[in-house]
Formats: sequence, C-alpha cells, structure tokens
Amino acid sequence: MSFPLLTATAVLPAVGAVATAAVPAARRTTAKWLALLFSLATLVLAAVIAVRFEPGGARYQLAESHAWIKDFGVRYELGVDGIGVALVALTALLIPFVILAGWHDADPLETGSRRWRPTQGFFALILAVEAMVILSFEATDVFLFYIFFEAMLIPMYFLIGGFGDRAHEHGEQAAATQRSYAAVKFLLYNLAGGLIMLAAVIGLYTQAGNFSLPEIAQARANGSLHLATSTERWLFLGFFFAFAVKAPLWPLHTWLPNAMGEATAPVAVLITAVVDKVGTFAMLRFCLQLFPEASKWATPAILVLALISILYGALLAVGQRDIKRLVAYASISHFGFIILGIFAMTSQGQSGATLYMVNHGISTAALMLVAGFLISRRGSRLIADYGGVQKVAPVLAGTFLVGGLATLSLPGLAPFVSEFLVLVGTFTRHPAIGIIATFGIVLAALYVLVLYQRTMTGPVKAEVAKMPDLRVRELVVVAPLIALLIFLGVYPKPVTDIVNPAVRQTMSDVHQTDPQPEVEAAK
Amino acid sequence: MSTVAVHSLWTTAVDPISKFQAPKIEYAQLSPTLIVIGAALVGVLIEAFVPRKSRYHAQVFVSVVALAAAFAAVVALASGGYGTTKAHIAAMGALAVDGPALFLQGTILLAGLFGVFTFAERRLDPAAHGNRVDSFAAQAASVPGSDSEKAAVKAGFTTTEAFPLLLFAVGGMLVFPSANDLLTLFVALEVFSLPLYLLCALARRKRLMSQEAAVKYFLLGAFASAFTLFGIALLYGYAGSVSYATIAQVVDGTVTNVDPALANTMGNDVLLLIGAAMIVMGLLFKVGAVPFHMWTPDVYQGAPTPVTGFMAAATKVAAFGALLRLLYVVLPGLRWDWRPVMWAVAIVTMLGGAIVAITQTDIKRLLAYSSIAHAGFILAGVIATTRSGVSSVLFYLAAYSFVTIGAFAVVTLVRDAGGEATHLSKWAGLGRRSPLVAAVFAVFLLAFAGIPLTSGFAGKFAVFKAAAEGGAIPLVVIGVISSAVAAFFYIRVIVLMFFSEPNPEGPTVAVPSPLTLTAIGAGVAVTLVLGVAPQYFLNLASQASVFVR
Repeated sequence: MSFPLLTATAVLPAVGAVATAAVPAARRTTAKWLALLFSLATLVLAAVIAVRFEPGGARYQLAESHAWIKDFGVRYELGVDGIGVALVALTALLIPFVILAGWHDADPLETGSRRWRPTQGFFALILAVEAMVILSFEATDVFLFYIFFEAMLIPMYFLIGGFGDRAHEHGEQAAATQRSYAAVKFLLYNLAGGLIMLAAVIGLYTQAGNFSLPEIAQARANGSLHLATSTERWLFLGFFFAFAVKAPLWPLHTWLPNAMGEATAPVAVLITAVVDKVGTFAMLRFCLQLFPEASKWATPAILVLALISILYGALLAVGQRDIKRLVAYASISHFGFIILGIFAMTSQGQSGATLYMVNHGISTAALMLVAGFLISRRGSRLIADYGGVQKVAPVLAGTFLVGGLATLSLPGLAPFVSEFLVLVGTFTRHPAIGIIATFGIVLAALYVLVLYQRTMTGPVKAEVAKMPDLRVRELVVVAPLIALLIFLGVYPKPVTDIVNPAVRQTMSDVHQTDPQPEVEAAK
Repeated sequence: MSTVAVHSLWTTAVDPISKFQAPKIEYAQLSPTLIVIGAALVGVLIEAFVPRKSRYHAQVFVSVVALAAAFAAVVALASGGYGTTKAHIAAMGALAVDGPALFLQGTILLAGLFGVFTFAERRLDPAAHGNRVDSFAAQAASVPGSDSEKAAVKAGFTTTEAFPLLLFAVGGMLVFPSANDLLTLFVALEVFSLPLYLLCALARRKRLMSQEAAVKYFLLGAFASAFTLFGIALLYGYAGSVSYATIAQVVDGTVTNVDPALANTMGNDVLLLIGAAMIVMGLLFKVGAVPFHMWTPDVYQGAPTPVTGFMAAATKVAAFGALLRLLYVVLPGLRWDWRPVMWAVAIVTMLGGAIVAITQTDIKRLLAYSSIAHAGFILAGVIATTRSGVSSVLFYLAAYSFVTIGAFAVVTLVRDAGGEATHLSKWAGLGRRSPLVAAVFAVFLLAFAGIPLTSGFAGKFAVFKAAAEGGAIPLVVIGVISSAVAAFFYIRVIVLMFFSEPNPEGPTVAVPSPLTLTAIGAGVAVTLVLGVAPQYFLNLASQASVFVR
C-alpha cells in the first residue's frame, strides 16, 4: 500500500493541535513555534500532493478507501481532483501566515488559573480547523464530508468567541459580549444549515444506499439510480442551503460581518479565506455532481441571489465605518462572483470560480492581515480614527494598497484573471447578468479606494503620528502573499492547468457544453 | 373449567393446590436479575446487622460486586448465543431472554454501576463534624431544619439505604424491558419506581425541594401506574390473557377460542384500543414524553444529583425497552393505529423539549428538558417499526445513558457554600477557572447537541436514518429542526462557561474521589469512542435487534 498522503496532510495538523495544546502554560513561545512548524510541514505535504497530482489523469487521485461504519454504509474515502488540490494547497499555504500574523493575539493579559492556557488553545484550534478543512476538501464520501463540515464549526466557534481584538471602542466588557454574540450567531447559522443538510444526507442514503460520491455520481450518470424530480430537488435544496450559509450567499450572509468584525484579523482570514471556501467548493463537488438536473432547475434563482450578493455586499461595503466589517462585506460580494461562476455552467465560469476561490483567499488574507496590523497599532477598527498613515508607515500603507488593489481586481494582480473569467463565462450564457455583475467591480473600486484615501492619505492624525511601520514578522507575513498575488496575476497557468480538467468533468456531469460563439456564415 | 386457560407464571399461582406444579424457572438465564435482587436483599440485611461505621463500605462493596457480576452474567449469556440463536422465553412465559433484553440489561447495569460510583462519592461536601458525607440526607425521616436532623448530622449518620434502593431499582429495570406478559411488566414497573420515589427524597441539601420532588414524582407516577394497570385489565378483557404472545395472536386474529367468562368482551376492539393506549401512556410517562413529561423538570431538579443522573439514564433505557417490546411484539398488528399517535407524540416531544429548554436558568432543569427532547428523537426511531429502528434505539440509549451520567456527575462537582451551584449564572467563566472540567462538560453538551465525532451524532444519525427508511421523512425534518433549536441552549451553556467573565464569588470545582472521576472518565471515553468508531457497537445493537415472540 502506498503512503496515505491525503490522510497524512490532515493528520499532521491534527497531531500538531494536540501537541500544541499539551505544551505547559509557561512555555507559550514553544507552543507558537510548534504550531508554526506543524503548519509548515503540512504545507510541504500539500506541495507534494500538488506535484504528485497529474492533471488529466484519473478524476480522483491519491485515493484512499477503508471500511469505517458499515452499518451506515460509510467508508473512509479520500481523493482529490484538481479543484481539491488547489484548495488544499490554498489552505496549507495560508495557515502559516495566519499563525505568524496572530503571533501575539492570544498572549494572556491577566494571569488567570495556572491551567488557563489561551495561547496554546488559540494555535491548537487553528491547527484543528486546518485538519478538518483539509479533510472536507479531500473526502469523497458524503457522510465523511458532512462530519468534518459540521465538526469544524466547534473549533472555529471557540476561535471567534474566545479571542478578540485587545482594544474596543466600548471597553472590554462590551467587546466580550459582542464577541460571544458573533460566535453564537456564526454557530447557529451554520449548525442550522448543517442540520438541514443532515436531513438531505439521510434522504440521499435512503435513495442510494451508500455515501460514496463517485459511486452515486456514476449511478446517477448511467441511470441506474433514478431520483424522482421532486426528490432530487428537495435533496439539492437541503445540500445547497448548508453550502449557501457557509459560503455565504445573500440572504444567509448576516453572520459573516459579525464574525469577521469581532474576531481577530487572522481568525477573520481563517473564516473567509479558508472555512467559507468549503461552502463554494461543496457546491461544485456535491450539488452539481449529485443533482445535475436539480442544479439546472435552480440555476436562475441562484444566479439572481448571487447577483444580489455581489451588489448588496459591495454597496454595504461602501457604507461601512469599520475596516473589518468592510472587508467582510467585500467578501460577500466576492462570494457572489464565485457562486455566479459556478452556476453560469460554462467552463470559463467554473474555472474562474475555482481560481477565484484561491485568489480571493490570498488577496483577502493580504488585505485583512495588514488591516489587522494597522488596527493593533491604533487600537481601533473605525476608519474615521485613521488618516495620513502613509506618511508615518509607508510600507504598511503600501502593502495595504496592494491588498486593496487585488481586492478590486486590478489587472496584473491575481484576482483580475479569475474575475474576468467568471464574467466572460457568465456573459456567454447570460449576457444581462454578466453586465449587471460588472457594476460590482465599479463598487469595489469605490470601497477600496475610499478606504485607502480615508485611512492612509490626508493630514496625519495625532493618534497615528507615532505609529511604527511593519515589523520583520509582519513583513514575513505580507511579502510572500503579495508576491503570490503578482505571480498568479501574470502567470495563472500552474493553477488553471490543475483546475481545468476537473472543471471539464464537472461540466460533463451536468451535461453542459459551452455555448459556441455565433459566427455569421460567410456569404 | 372447560377451556384450557393459557398458563403463565401468575395464573399457576392461583390454581387449586392440587393442580400445583412447581414452575419451571431457568435460573441461569435469569441470573443478572437474580444477582441484583439478591444483593439488594443482602443490602437490607447489612442495614439491619452491620455496625453503622462499616455500613458504607459494605454497601458499596456489595453493590459494585453485584452489578459487575450481573453485567458479567449478561455478557456470558450474550456470548452464549442467548441474544440471537438461543433467544427464547423463560420463566413460563414471563420473561424474554433475547437480544434487546440483554443489550438493554447490560446498559442498565453499567448505568447502575457508574450510578453507584456517584452515589458513593464522599469528598464533595465538606465534612460535617468530622464525618465524611455523601449526597444523601443524614436521616431521611427527620424533619428538615429540626433538632433531630441536627443531631443526626452531628452523629455522622448517613443514609446508606440508598445503595439497596438503587439495587432494587436496577432489579426492576432489568425485568422491565424483558417482561413478556403484562403483569410482569406492571410488577417490574412498581419494583423500580418505588425505590426511585424514595431516592428522590433523600437529598442532603435543599431537602424541602427534594421531598417536594419526590411527592410530585410519586403522585404522578402512581397516576401513571394506575393507568397502566387499568389498561392491562382492559387488554386482559380483550384477549383473555396477559401473555404478550397470546395478545398478539388475538390481535392478528389467529386465536379466537373464547373464554366463556369473557365471551362478552373478548375481541372487542374498543377494549384493545383503549387498553393499549393506557399502557402506552404509562410507559410514555416513564420515558418523559410530551404531554406526560410534567414531572421531569421538577424531579430532575429536586432529586439528589447522583440520583438524577442514574434515573435519567437507566429509567429511560428500561422504559424504552418495555415500550419497544410492547409495540413490536404485542401490537404490531395495531401499528396503523398507533403510528400516527406516536408520530404526534414524537413531534411535540422533540419540539416541546427543545423549545422550553431555551428559557431554563437552572442546569438541572435544562438537562431535564434536554432529556425530553432526546426522548422525542428516540421515539422517531421507535416509530420506524423495522429492525434497524430497534437497533438504532438500542444504540441511542446506550450512547445517551453514558453522556447523561457523565454530565450529571460534572454537575455535582460545581459547588458553592449552598451545595451544588446549579443556577446557570453561577457557571459563568467556569472555563477560565477550571478548563478541564469545563472542557469535559462541553464534550457532553456537544454530544447532547449531536455534533459529529461524538456518540450523540452517531445515535441521532442512526435513529433518523431508521425513521427515514421507514418512510417518516417529515419526522426527520422536524427532528433536525428541533436539533438546531436544542443546539442553541447547549451552546449557550458553553458560551457561559468559556466566554463570560468569571464571577469572583462564583462556585468552586470540588476535587472528587476516583469514584466520580471513573464515572466521568467512562462517560467521556464512551462518548468519543462511539462517535469516532461506532461500528462495533452498531453491529452489536444490530445483532441484538430481534425480539423473541
């Protein structure tokens, strides 16, 4: 038997989580380095996966399959397609930056009980989330996927509720209250979505008799598993609801601004750049493959919701007073683009959507982490509290600008490629929706540039005057992300090569072909 | 007498002495029950003859040995094939020895064993006048606050009677799910209920509340018992027999020989329907299903917490076992009548328990309403009327009882000057003071909430899957919705423990003896093992899911 590479990629951070949590209270720094080490080792394994993966080979590669719960028809089945590889790589890539950026976020302020170890807990929880997210990208068994899709909520919940920004405009007590509100809201929305999905998972089992995605998809394709139209639609809705909450899609998005606003910047990155990707990924993998007909049936409604997400998220981002909430609404707008790309049912759209997931992860991480550095210096999340930062801390302002420009999809930076692909893919099938979606880009320029103008330019505010520039640790976080944004903006081929075959597969699952350009016949 | 009456253990006794034949009893197969009841009798003798100083140790020793031996007997019977191929009806038709009975007896015995561990805990309360004390009143008969109570406390009295009472209750519970005729069912019901009524009244702290809980439980329980008995009488009138097998045959119409004394009533469907409804009502009362749940919160709150934990786990197991046997063995022919009713009961139980729990401010009441919601989930599996329905219920009960005992054991640890600090506000910030205790309790809460990788999820999935396969998709949908509602209040407790500022005058966490630690540790271990690798136990439950008829 070959080395179980996929399992190892998830087990490594899980082991890291346990090891980090076990570090004694006084050895905080050891715990941090341990966590960083484990996340880097995971990154190495993810890189090995990306190298070993053969684009154009079998659909699910590096597959592993073991018996697990026979009575439920559940097997421990892992396998990655191109989309999975890209997202596993994104996750493994971002976690070291998240850990490094949150280096001091969980240092205990007051000495509580001797056994109270917030620092160890913080990093252990991050690694636990990483393990579960990676497993849900790798699982090809619906039940296995569901388990980690749900279980990752618990560490995530503690990360949101347990750790917040040091300073808050209404004092520590108010901050704690808002934090736990945000954490509970996050959990209840996602749990409700997940439980609805549970009903659909059980419903799928009663129809199919097992949970194996490849088997069910094949049985669906060759007609040996026929679902009544209404059954298929209900099951599709059950799955889609959970993914739409996670993604999040308007009108199920309201937990995201709370969660991202109250969490520390690295945790906010974890939410939007990593965890939420499971939602959009699962739409591609599960909704389209398992329920192709229902997906086509629901497409018009979903496209409209995605369009609303794009515009509504962007409009609300323009109106925000709080930097982190602004990024959260921008993310809602971007998730609208991703979902638009998925359900445009064209290969450009879906390739663009997958690429968008990766690029949005990197660009939001860059913008949000720099914003976090900024906030930690001034102790305020309000845009109005800043001004003229670029004169005091030019490197910080510069990196912030690059992150912002990536968010507004400036050509030359990575998100431009994906956004362009999504729009092209949408336009070829639904021109009107493509045109309206373009306004999202205009609004993105507005909220990013206004944010930059208000915080970085203008007269230097007194509170900002002594603000230090980026430290070495912070530069180590930001520089590689920006380099990646530029690299993938100029040369996206490594990612698209991996992604494209998988997208073609998915397209054939839903029996869709790209619309051919109409050429007037030569006279 | 022209007709040949169907003989049972009970009718033999009333026959003329000339016809009397010694009943044939398979002692080895009934050994689990006999061991426990025998040990309970020994416990009574210990109370009478052993000096007060040594009673505690003697009682704990006898109880633990008896429960462990009985569990070993269950395992031996099960591995001897009595759960599957050799399953049959023993004691002249009175008791079934089959898979469900053995599985549930094993569960009840383990619940009883860990119950004894929590009963025997003497390190939590501060010593009174140099005597270590447990959770039970110094002298149950003395009026709360009176001089005689003070004297009893000063003399270092303890109510070691709790241990034989627990053994009697366990004995009754062992018979309850294996009872194969209605009179045995009723006797078992009373044998396990009466000790529980007493145990509820024995709290050392908050004695008035405890006694009030006991009176409520007793009055309502007596009512429910009366209903059951009336139902039994009606069913006897309908079928001319109290034996499960005979009633089932009469329901199916395969037996029609009319006992002349019952010529007017036999086969009358009105008697069948009303009688069956009344018996089921009595069982639903014990299960704590809405609308027969009124006693649950008061009794759970007032009873000494170790008793609550034991009762919440073991009573539910026994009562669901009896309900399953009744519905699957006696009344399968009637299922088109009882299924809609049970649907409605399951729905209101799931939703009612989950919704009312949201407003609770006392941790024990909260767990009481949560137990009601769980009864609803289990009912969803009962309704499936398939083999996988039985096995899912068995699995759920086993998983649930360990979580419950563990959770209530944790509740006994969180204390302030007035004893256990059960008001939720006092649990604020517990995660900061005692991260380990809070984390363990969080594991139990997550299991109650049915989060994946805990036993609660495996159990919930099993019952919902069985219900869906039985065609009860709407029930599953309502089930997941009420799970979402229920998740809210479990999460609320976690928020309180981990994200709230600790109250400076808040409770402290007492350091328990290895006894309670064992109970909690077993709860955590079973919760995680059944969550991650449930296959072996699902298999066991699935093998054990055939009723002998």
